[in-house]
Amino acid sequence: MKITEKDVQYIADLSRLSLSKEEIHTYAGQLEQILEFIDKLNELNVDNVEPMSSVLNIKNVKRTDSIQKKYETKEILDNSPKKENDFFIVPQVIKG
Amino acid sequence: MNIIELNAVETKEKLDKKEVSSSDIAKAYLDRIQVRKNINAYVSVFEDAVESGKVKGGLPIAIKDNMNIKGKKTTCSSKILENFTAPFNASVIEKLDKENFVYLGKTNMDEFAMGSSTETSYFGTTLNPHDIERIPGGSSGGSAAAVADNQALWALGSDTGGSIRQPASLCGIVGLKPTYGLVSRYGLVAFASSLDQIGPMTKTVKDNALLLNTICGYDKKDSTSLNIEKRDYTDGIKKSVQGLKIGLPKEYFIEGIAPEVKDKIMQVAHKLEEEGAVIEEVSLPHTEYAVPVYYIIAPSEASSNLSRFDGVRYGYRSLVEEAKRDLISMYTKTRSEGFGDEVTRRILIGTFSLSSGYYDAYYLKAQKVRTLIKQDFDKVFEKYDCLLTPTTPTTAFKIGEKINDPLQMYLSDVFTLSVNLAGVPGISVPVGFSKNKLPIGAQLISKHLNESVLLRVAYNVEQLMLK
Repeated sequence: MKITEKDVQYIADLSRLSLSKEEIHTYAGQLEQILEFIDKLNELNVDNVEPMSSVLNIKNVKRTDSIQKKYETKEILDNSPKKENDFFIVPQVIKG
Repeated sequence: MNIIELNAVETKEKLDKKEVSSSDIAKAYLDRIQVRKNINAYVSVFEDAVESGKVKGGLPIAIKDNMNIKGKKTTCSSKILENFTAPFNASVIEKLDKENFVYLGKTNMDEFAMGSSTETSYFGTTLNPHDIERIPGGSSGGSAAAVADNQALWALGSDTGGSIRQPASLCGIVGLKPTYGLVSRYGLVAFASSLDQIGPMTKTVKDNALLLNTICGYDKKDSTSLNIEKRDYTDGIKKSVQGLKIGLPKEYFIEGIAPEVKDKIMQVAHKLEEEGAVIEEVSLPHTEYAVPVYYIIAPSEASSNLSRFDGVRYGYRSLVEEAKRDLISMYTKTRSEGFGDEVTRRILIGTFSLSSGYYDAYYLKAQKVRTLIKQDFDKVFEKYDCLLTPTTPTTAFKIGEKINDPLQMYLSDVFTLSVNLAGVPGISVPVGFSKNKLPIGAQLISKHLNESVLLRVAYNVEQLMLK
């Protein structure tokens, strides 16, 4: 199928990626080539085939929802690019 | 003889007899890693391995850099995780800890395991020790090169579409992708969760069985983990192949396969036949659809799994002005600056396949064809104990040869992808060399949880081809 630069921009927005004009151009060409190859699947009639999401027959593996203190708060926060006290800091979300 | 030239069984024997200490072995490997730095097999080397050997007393091992070792970096060879320190151990590391393993370092890989050559690593390509102008394969290229070059006694890799078997084949070592669910993935950075599996990369088949013994087993922290009885995979490994039925799937001997590779695999078939195995041609009719199915399913799952990298809780955050002021810009700039080209490309393909209007035509369709691929295997394993195929269509290609043509790169995985889609175990065993001295690997595939038979046939192939 035809992939336009507008399509790539739309998918990039959904993916939370910001791409340059050149990147959008390159990816449009590559994605079109890859999807064209993938369209090979249209040779098959799969109307009566069940889709498979896992090779295992196990479903809904449950456990008790209990609180466990596994990690130290400091250890977790140490990996954050920006923190203050016990919080992750992000740019302002609600602008007043 | 230098200790690093021994396999794991031999090294363990020397360690058990106290002919050599754990820290001596670790030191020998660290020295080798230092001398062979140009191969770029490791992202990080643990200089504390010698000290660690004194305390732990076990055998050394290298770990692919997408598995967590508490207190050490896990980068996934990506800029976005360049400074991430693991706050916990992967379950496989907990299991290795119980047997006092000593960690030599974290091995290089394609970024987030997306690639077939290690060229997509943010930290540069790993070189194939057999020819440094060539790629070692991928994504577990660092682990494969390290073992092949005696920079590690053995290593762990992960395999989503061939990432253990393909580099094992191209570097001339043994690499096993176990049955989906046999080894816990807790603490492995997720790429495509319905396909990912951790496995051993070793110098010999027996080493492989030994390491599988250590890392397999039920884990309640991975909901796909199978609760089955533990067994010793070295048991019966030396039994002959007499009477086993081995299939040669005709779809794996197609145009595009290098004649040298094909000849070598046929040689393996003849030798197995001489040993009393029954060799017959079989058909897996949906093989040609594995690449398109994989390149919808894997990127779709990846686009979802990688949404967690947003610059908030861990990893890289963009510092451009826009990203400091606005949350959405922070997300988009962080991700675009943090992810490399191949990861970006796969997130785009995956997001497209899952997006409204295309879901049925792409993702759902791929899931349905995946059912057909699995049924092919189910059917053939009603009659056959295992399958014999080449692991890769060619020997290792040149660095730079395919990196700008994503589709050609994807097609180099044509023989390994189906195994992940069906969840069955597959192993690559070195069976010789091409005229230009590059390793050739044979792939053996068996039904779910049939690792014992798989390793037994692999052991026989290894011994027959050594002669």
